[in-house]
Amino acid sequence: MPTAASADPLPEPDTRAEAIHVEDLHKSFGSLEVLKGVSLKAKKGDVVAIIGGSGSGKSTMLRCINFLETPSSGRIVIDGEEVKVNADGSPADRRQIERIRTRLAMVFQQFNLWTHRTLLENIIEVPVYVLKVPRAEAIAQAKVLLDRVGLGDKIETFPAFLSGGQQQRGAIARALAVDPNVMLFDEPTSALDPELVGEVLTVIRDLAAEGRTMLLVTHEMKFAREVANHVVYLFEGRIEEQGPPAEVFGNPQSQRLKQFLSSVS
Amino acid sequence: MTTLKSLMIPHRIVMMALFAALVLWCAVTLRWDWIPKYTPLAMQGLWNTIWIMAVTTVLGFLLAVPLGLAQAIGPWYLSIPARSFCTVIRGTPLLLQIWLLYYGLGSLFPQFPWIRSSELWPYLRQAWPYAVLALTLSYAGYEGEVMRGAFSGVAKGQLETAKSFGMRRFTMFRRIWLPQAIRNVLPTLGGETILQLKATPLVATITVIDIYAVSSRVRSDTFIVYEPLLLLAVIYMVIAGLITLAFKRFEVKLPR
Repeated sequence: MPTAASADPLPEPDTRAEAIHVEDLHKSFGSLEVLKGVSLKAKKGDVVAIIGGSGSGKSTMLRCINFLETPSSGRIVIDGEEVKVNADGSPADRRQIERIRTRLAMVFQQFNLWTHRTLLENIIEVPVYVLKVPRAEAIAQAKVLLDRVGLGDKIETFPAFLSGGQQQRGAIARALAVDPNVMLFDEPTSALDPELVGEVLTVIRDLAAEGRTMLLVTHEMKFAREVANHVVYLFEGRIEEQGPPAEVFGNPQSQRLKQFLSSVS
Repeated sequence: MTTLKSLMIPHRIVMMALFAALVLWCAVTLRWDWIPKYTPLAMQGLWNTIWIMAVTTVLGFLLAVPLGLAQAIGPWYLSIPARSFCTVIRGTPLLLQIWLLYYGLGSLFPQFPWIRSSELWPYLRQAWPYAVLALTLSYAGYEGEVMRGAFSGVAKGQLETAKSFGMRRFTMFRRIWLPQAIRNVLPTLGGETILQLKATPLVATITVIDIYAVSSRVRSDTFIVYEPLLLLAVIYMVIAGLITLAFKRFEVKLPR
């Protein structure tokens, strides 16, 4: 790339704070070991794309970061704060993990807008009932966010009456409403009809451009190459290869990654 | 929505005419002269029927929520008692429950001097507290089972999302889980509330004067049998209709 983009591979002093630091993460479901020691770092402003075949553990890894899944072992440090865990890996301090979760906003494959509330109510739910933001303030902010994702005219609509793409854009607005330090995207376009994928990717692309820190599990290789500044390829619970997108996609080293890339493109 | 136009179809007009004729026949040939004399008592009875139904459904539902929750996610020492309670209540006749409470508990209490001298005694010596208690427990037993299914039926992702945003467990319960559970079973709850209405006549067997007791009173006073019963049927149908309408309005407000 000719301009000084974030994907610049030249080593330069990086003073950005660490947003996420995962160290030697293991996760088993019964006898099935899904993650076999994954380590990952993301600095503020990083966009990390996590790719891999189905069953490679990429979603599980993302869900372990905010403890929706309890890691079997490993360290997780968010904004320099290590999550305290019990011997069995579960969070030792519920208040701590709840506080940390408010800074990590997740966008789900199935959108998961709360079906019994209107779009606007969905957006203000967490600010008002978790972060204790005054209601009027939360509503004003929610309207700005909904305008931004192109849903300004849908604020009183229930999720059931929105298309998949609209629901996912609403879910992104809901995530933005908590002004998260890190956004976790769990295959945000995988449940969408092909013609609706574009509108969601556009919103995510804008967020990447404004310097939001994100972890993005995705099957959209072209998109990952375009927005990410770091790409991680998972294979059977291990990081097989990682690096800047130009190298991972342009010059894959491992045989498995080569095979994977040729199978998805 | 039924429009006036859709009613103006030949076969419907015939049906309506037949119904009008039936009503007219009832009005003209049957005896209704007892009504004015019994109106005050009937009003009292109607009021008792309505408040007993309303109070016991509300209290019963408040009990059903923890009963359902205990069965859905509670540890064994909560879920087993909750399930046993629901099984016993649903497996025995309501009449039996009412009588056990009224004749059992109600005749046990006076044997204790400290109960007789307590502030509650003026209430405990009446029949309606036992009626209210029995109907409340009955509604709680049935709805506890309904709420168990309702809580289990809320999509996991809905709760997981709240969790992922750092929502506390009680807030999650109050804001997401309970409202969605209730919304999912609103139609069932509407039907169960009508069943509860139709269970209220049983309280007449323990001397509570509800609208059903009034119709019995008319029969034994005047030997008029059918007319009070017909009127009684109409009254229950009207109340049931109002309950249905009320639940419909709730359901419209909360789309899925």
